[in-house]
Amino acid sequence: MSTDLHDLYQEIILKHSREPKNSGTMDNADGEANGNNPLCGDRIVVYVKLDGDRIADAKFEARGCAISVASASMMTELLIGKTINEARAEGSRFIDLLTSKDPPEVADDDELAALLGVRQFPARIKCATLPWQTLAAAMDGSETEVTTE
Amino acid sequence: MAANGSYPIDRIRGDFPILSEEVHGKPLVYLDNGASAQKPSAVIDQISKTYETGYANVHRGVHYMSQIATDAMEDARRKAQMFLNAADEKEIIFVRGATEGINLVASSWGRANLQEGDEIILSVLEHHSNIVPWQIVAEQTGAVIKVVPIDDAGIFLMDEYEKLLSEKTKMVAVTHVSNALGTIVPVEDVICLAREKDACILLDGCQAAPHLPVDVQALDVDFYVFSGHKLYGPSGIGVLYGKEALLDAMPPYEGGGEMIDRVTFEKTTYAELPFKFEAGTPHISGIIALGSAIDYLNGIGFDAIAEHEHGLLEYATERLTEMNSIEIVGTAPEKAAILSFNIQDVHPHDVGTILDHDGIAVRTGHHCAQPVMDRFDVAATVRASFGLYNTKSEVDALVEGIKRVQEMFA
Repeated sequence: MSTDLHDLYQEIILKHSREPKNSGTMDNADGEANGNNPLCGDRIVVYVKLDGDRIADAKFEARGCAISVASASMMTELLIGKTINEARAEGSRFIDLLTSKDPPEVADDDELAALLGVRQFPARIKCATLPWQTLAAAMDGSETEVTTE
Repeated sequence: MAANGSYPIDRIRGDFPILSEEVHGKPLVYLDNGASAQKPSAVIDQISKTYETGYANVHRGVHYMSQIATDAMEDARRKAQMFLNAADEKEIIFVRGATEGINLVASSWGRANLQEGDEIILSVLEHHSNIVPWQIVAEQTGAVIKVVPIDDAGIFLMDEYEKLLSEKTKMVAVTHVSNALGTIVPVEDVICLAREKDACILLDGCQAAPHLPVDVQALDVDFYVFSGHKLYGPSGIGVLYGKEALLDAMPPYEGGGEMIDRVTFEKTTYAELPFKFEAGTPHISGIIALGSAIDYLNGIGFDAIAEHEHGLLEYATERLTEMNSIEIVGTAPEKAAILSFNIQDVHPHDVGTILDHDGIAVRTGHHCAQPVMDRFDVAATVRASFGLYNTKSEVDALVEGIKRVQEMFA
């Protein structure tokens, strides 16, 4: 397997896609949003439960590829317990990491580093970013479906 | 025409320069012909030749180059006429592609002929381009859309279609070959039954025209559309065939130059067919090169192409059926060379990315046919679609690629 393909499908990504964390529906969610990638038909629903301005819980239901499911799984792991502002900042940072023109610098212990392999696959960047955009909409209480297009 | 065993595959592959390209260091294995086919040198060279030796605007110049370009364009129209066996060249309307052709009919014929409560029959197999234009005109006119279901193999259910037909049916618009599954629809029967109700019939021939001989007179179809780029010709050009009497009675689709007879601010009269429906300067080089693509296909012969592609489909179906954890989506006995499938527990996009790294180009996604995906309760499929230049060793490469995907996700 070539190096960049190995970068994309790292063991941690495959593990998250096989056994995603926080996958499932949520009763009495404080926020809920739908994400849609009309080019491929993939869909995700993200739920959040808030405790004041803090994310007490987050769950997602996804019909998508390994990259989108792993990204959603890692996202929920990382953001549960964070404040809404912290979560928003992490979301912006993540999207910058994948879309910045120059290769980003990341710390060795950065949980999101595993997803940087996506940078070499422009057609797949939207798979990784859709869960994050959908979470942002869920926190906003936005009724509009999030779409990659 | 090549007999079995003597199909000149090496020469044919040599006609397509892109097939000697490498992708990620591997030879290109192009199995995405259903989305768009590659172009032979005859087509590529014709585009340059037009601009280098015979180009000007058409149908309006008195000068030499305009005449040369006009003659070449009208020559291509006759080639398209013969390709479909249309009765007259003025029944051949050049459009941007099948999508524009369907929109033209839905808009022009639809708004003139559909009234509230009239029914339009489509099938679950349709590409979005043969759904959405009808939804738009249905909304404008109050017409109602009825949908013919398919069975678990992807077969068009003729008895269900018969039940949907009534005196209210004004248009039956169905695909000749399903782009997502490959199912060949028995259009002769579809047309025959529609005729009993005096309904108009449009066939979407995008996937059929590159694989099967089409005879619009024998079919007795009212409208037939196809896209040039799937027929080894340029993108941005396609053909709408319509029966002369129907086209004559239809209002123009777009207004502009070329489509007029006489313009005053009080009243404008329209040009004769086919120009009434060809407003503006057309895709001149594309039209001429589409003619070259038709010549190229005729040079090989449709029987030989169909036999070659059928052999590839049978071989690929057999090899994938032997594999573990592969589900073939669409198993109708009558299929064009399209193989849709899923690998258990692996999303098609991941399959597509991994195959791409072996140089194998397949389409992954919903194939602009979401109702088909919904019917099979899948989000997407992997689709390998074969063309006249594909080989069994490319099918073997696909099989090896699928094995690598399975190892990776094991």
